[in-house]
Amino acid sequence: MHAFHEVLKAFFSPQSFRVALPDVWAGFQVNLKMMVVAEVLVLIFALAIAVIRGLPGRAAVPFRIVAIVYTDVFRGTPLILVAFLVGLGLPGLQLTVISSQSNFVYGITALTLVYTAYVTEVYRAGIESVHGSQRMAARSLGLSYWQALRYVVIPQAVRRVIPPLLNDFIGLQKDTALVAVIGVTEAALQAQNFSNKNFNFTSYVVAAVFFIFLTIPLARFTDHLIAQREMRERAQAV
Amino acid sequence: MSSSAFVELAGVTKRFGDLVVLRSVDLSVGEHQVVCLIGASGSGKSTLLRCVNLLERIEEGTIVVDGQTITNGKVDVNALRRKIGIVFQAYNLFPHMTVLHNVTLAPRKVLDLSRARAEASARELLKRIGLEDKADEYPDRLSGGQQQRVAIARALAMNPKLMLLDEITSALDPQLVAEVLSLVRSLTEEMGMTMIIATHEMSFAREIADKVCFLDAGVILEEGPPEQIFTAPQQERTREFLARIIEAGRL
Repeated sequence: MHAFHEVLKAFFSPQSFRVALPDVWAGFQVNLKMMVVAEVLVLIFALAIAVIRGLPGRAAVPFRIVAIVYTDVFRGTPLILVAFLVGLGLPGLQLTVISSQSNFVYGITALTLVYTAYVTEVYRAGIESVHGSQRMAARSLGLSYWQALRYVVIPQAVRRVIPPLLNDFIGLQKDTALVAVIGVTEAALQAQNFSNKNFNFTSYVVAAVFFIFLTIPLARFTDHLIAQREMRERAQAV
Repeated sequence: MSSSAFVELAGVTKRFGDLVVLRSVDLSVGEHQVVCLIGASGSGKSTLLRCVNLLERIEEGTIVVDGQTITNGKVDVNALRRKIGIVFQAYNLFPHMTVLHNVTLAPRKVLDLSRARAEASARELLKRIGLEDKADEYPDRLSGGQQQRVAIARALAMNPKLMLLDEITSALDPQLVAEVLSLVRSLTEEMGMTMIIATHEMSFAREIADKVCFLDAGVILEEGPPEQIFTAPQQERTREFLARIIEAGRL
């Protein structure tokens, strides 16, 4: 009974909850900002790289190689290492623009680098899942390679990959907490500061609650989309 | 061969790896002529059509379309395809677009027509094929026959000078075949459209074709007016093929 009481006090103290809340909330707003900016950048860059990977012909080989190396490297490197390399490494270079950014910008950069690699693969799977006859039909109407991609292939590909895309974004949202390691004052770091000062872990729980409340609606929305698609596909199979 | 041929194939050979799909094929299609390609599956009918609008590249020979040699590698592929409509066995409509959008996409993006103009002529076309009330539906809400008619309208929207029809009724239920064939019939009767048609519908070929070509193993084994091919075929292989077709009740 005593132990249980200790656990409650250390992790779920109402008093600490109230005191920690404002600072953690302030930190969480930084997470939200990083998330939104990184997600927008990831959506754009990943699509570009996925398209480059799919370019036909021998002339495009160097571009394809660059795209493949990029995805291999950044999918394989743990985010925390990328965060160190970007957040601690770039300032050390003493280059005018690159080395004088805020930790916030470095955090977004690290997140974007890593998640672009993941999402590129998601887009690529989507693009490859669009049957070749669609592209052929578009080309036979006189549309150029790029027009066929833009109006016929990509819209269908994107629709198909929205659920896995949202899954990756749930991952990205949580990983915004990881860039605390390079000193971005976000929710996890605020929680740690509080915890260090007060010898109480409730602040971490506060931060966790914020993340959970952000993730659940997105997870349910993703489930909903998947269920909807299954319904549609079953209807078509009849 | 007449010099006024709209499509002229000479010595066309197409290989997929070691497999020779077309073997030195010669074919001449005059303007306003309807040529039907018949033959077993795998005889090269579809490939021949796809070579004419450069969906497939040929290894040897030349193809001339509308006075322009298209097989020398210098031709503007997109410009060529503007003149040539193709309709596929599996319709290949764009499932994420409404019927109207399917029909207006190429006129708007390739011919740079304004949306209003493209939609006006698309609605006109849909009216002609009896589907004006389906303009705002998505393809998966339509029957196979309706989808195939939309695919024909989509090709016609580019005002092609030549239509290639690639077994366009093969994926349809028998009761839906007639509506598609009657649309094709009206294209020849009302517009005098030049067409090359790969088909298994022998009675249709017999009725509509000016010339019928029997393909066998990548070779045009026999060609001539439909009466001759269907009633007095010269080649043993043609006779065998037609006998099998009659057995299957398709003529």
